[in-house]
Amino acid sequence: MVMVAATTTASHLTSTFLSTPDFCGLSRSLQWPHMQRRCTRKYVPGAISASIDLKPPPYALHALEPHMSKETLEYHWGKHHRAYVDNLNKQIEGTELDGMSLESIISASYNKGDILPAFNNAAQIWNHEFFWESMKPDGGGKPTGELLELINRDFGSFEGLINKFKSAATTQFGSGWAWLVYKEHKLDVPNARNPRPSEEDNKLVVVKSPNAVNPLVWEYHPLLTLDVWEHAYYLDFENRRPDYILTFLDKLVSWETVSSRLEAAKVRVAESEKEMAEIDADEDLDTIEPEDTDMYFGSEAEDAEDFLDDE
Amino acid sequence: MALRTLATRKTLGELCKFQQQIRGVQTFTLPDLSYDYGALEPAISGEIMQLHHQKHHQTYITNYNKAIEQLDDAMSKGDASTAVKLQSAINFNGGGHVNHSIFWKNLTPVKEGGGEPPHGSLGSAINESFSSLEKLIAKMNAEGAAVQGSGWVWLAVNKELKRLVVETTANQDPLITKGPSLVPLVGIDVWEHAYYLQYKNVRPDYLKNIWKVINWKYASQVYEKECL
Repeated sequence: MVMVAATTTASHLTSTFLSTPDFCGLSRSLQWPHMQRRCTRKYVPGAISASIDLKPPPYALHALEPHMSKETLEYHWGKHHRAYVDNLNKQIEGTELDGMSLESIISASYNKGDILPAFNNAAQIWNHEFFWESMKPDGGGKPTGELLELINRDFGSFEGLINKFKSAATTQFGSGWAWLVYKEHKLDVPNARNPRPSEEDNKLVVVKSPNAVNPLVWEYHPLLTLDVWEHAYYLDFENRRPDYILTFLDKLVSWETVSSRLEAAKVRVAESEKEMAEIDADEDLDTIEPEDTDMYFGSEAEDAEDFLDDE
Repeated sequence: MALRTLATRKTLGELCKFQQQIRGVQTFTLPDLSYDYGALEPAISGEIMQLHHQKHHQTYITNYNKAIEQLDDAMSKGDASTAVKLQSAINFNGGGHVNHSIFWKNLTPVKEGGGEPPHGSLGSAINESFSSLEKLIAKMNAEGAAVQGSGWVWLAVNKELKRLVVETTANQDPLITKGPSLVPLVGIDVWEHAYYLQYKNVRPDYLKNIWKVINWKYASQVYEKECL
C-alpha cells in the first residue's frame, strides 16, 4: 500500500509511477494539498499513532444564530461529526489506513463503488468539515467576480443556480447532500483523456448525493455543500426542509469561500492537464513504430538482412 | 343507420375516455391512530408522534396522490417518458405511506398491551428462530442502529417458507423490495425524524425503548393469518 506523503508533489513523480494503478488513488489526495494537514501525530512514549482530528467550525457554535441554532451546532458538530471522527479512528487503528490522509482513506475505502466499512465515517468527516466552512455568520447575499460569471454562463443567472440547488436539496430523498461542483470535461471512457482540454468545457454543476457519498468519488471538485440529513435541520425546522434550504441560501452561504475553492479547483485542473500533456510527450518517445524493423532485430541492419535471407 | 354511427371505433374510444374521467384515480387519506399522540410516552414523545403522523406521513400521502394522478394522466395520454419519470416519486411517497400505515399499527400504549411479549404461535416461532425474544430484540436493535442514513428494520415472515426473518430497508423502500414473499410483522422507523427531538443522535436508546410500546397482539394476528 502506498503511503501518502504530504510533501510529495506531482512534479516529482516519474511517468512510470503515474501509470500504475496506485496513482489513481494517490492523485486525488495530491489534488487537495491544502487539506493535507489531516494527520496529527500524537507523541505517546513508546507508541506512535496517527489520527484524524475533529476540526471545529471556523466560528463559535452560537455564531450562526438565529438561522442555525447553537443547539443544532452542539449536536451536529459536537455529537454527530465527533462520532464519525472517533469511530473512524477506532476503525483504522493498526490497519493500512492508519496514518493516511482523510482524502486517501475516502478514496481507498470507496473502492470504486464497492464500499468498504471506513468509507461512511471518513466521507462524513470530510463532508461536515466542508459544510461548516461553506457557511459564515452574516452569510448569504450574492457571489461576485469570476464565480458569478461562471454561474451566469452555466445556469443562465444566479436565480437559475438557486433554483437548481433548491431542487437538488429538496429531492435528495432520505439522507444526503446537495452540492455545487466544478466539473472537468472528461471523456466517458476511463482510459481515454480529453485530447483538447479547454477552460470552456469545464462546467459548474449542481449534484446531489445519498448518505455519505460525496463528489470527490466522481472526480468532481466540490465548491459548496448543504447537509440534508434530518439531523442537520430537525431541531430548528422540524420537517420543513424547504425552509431550511432557503435559510441556508439566504443567510448562511459564504460565497467568498466558494470563490476561493473555485480558484483552487481551476489551478488543480490546469496542473493536472499540464501533467497529462507531459506524459503524452514522454509516451511519444517510447512509441514503437511497427515498420521500424531495427527495433525487432537489433541495431545492426545486416542482422536483419541475414534473417530475411534465411527464408 | 343510427346504430352504426353509435358503434364506430371513434365513438367507443370517446366513451372509454369519458368513463376514465368519471372513475379517476383512487387517492389516499391519512389513517387515524387508535391512540392519543401522548399515549406512547415516555418511550416516544407526543411531540414526535404528532409531527410524525400529521406532517411526515401526511406529506407522503399528499405527494403520492399527486404522483399517481400525474401518472394516470400520463398513461391515458400514452406519455411513456413522463410515466417512467414519475416512478421514483411514486416509490418514495407510496413506500412512505405503506410503511407508516403499518408502523402506527405496530405501536400501542402500555395500558393497551404495548410491550407485552407475544404468546401463541408467534411466540413459539420467535423462540425457534432466534432462541428467545431478547435475542430477537438484540438482533433488530443492532441492525436498526447499523442502518446508514434513513430506513427501517423489520421482523417479517416469509409466507412461502413459513420462516421468520429480520430485514432492513433503505429510505422508504417497502419490505416487499427485499423479497416478494415477505410479510411485515413489526417495522421500526429509524429515519432521524422518528426519534431526533427526543433521543437526538442516540438511535440505540430509541431502539431500546420502543419495545415497551410494540403491539405484539397485532403482529401475532398478521402472523397467524399468513401461517395458520
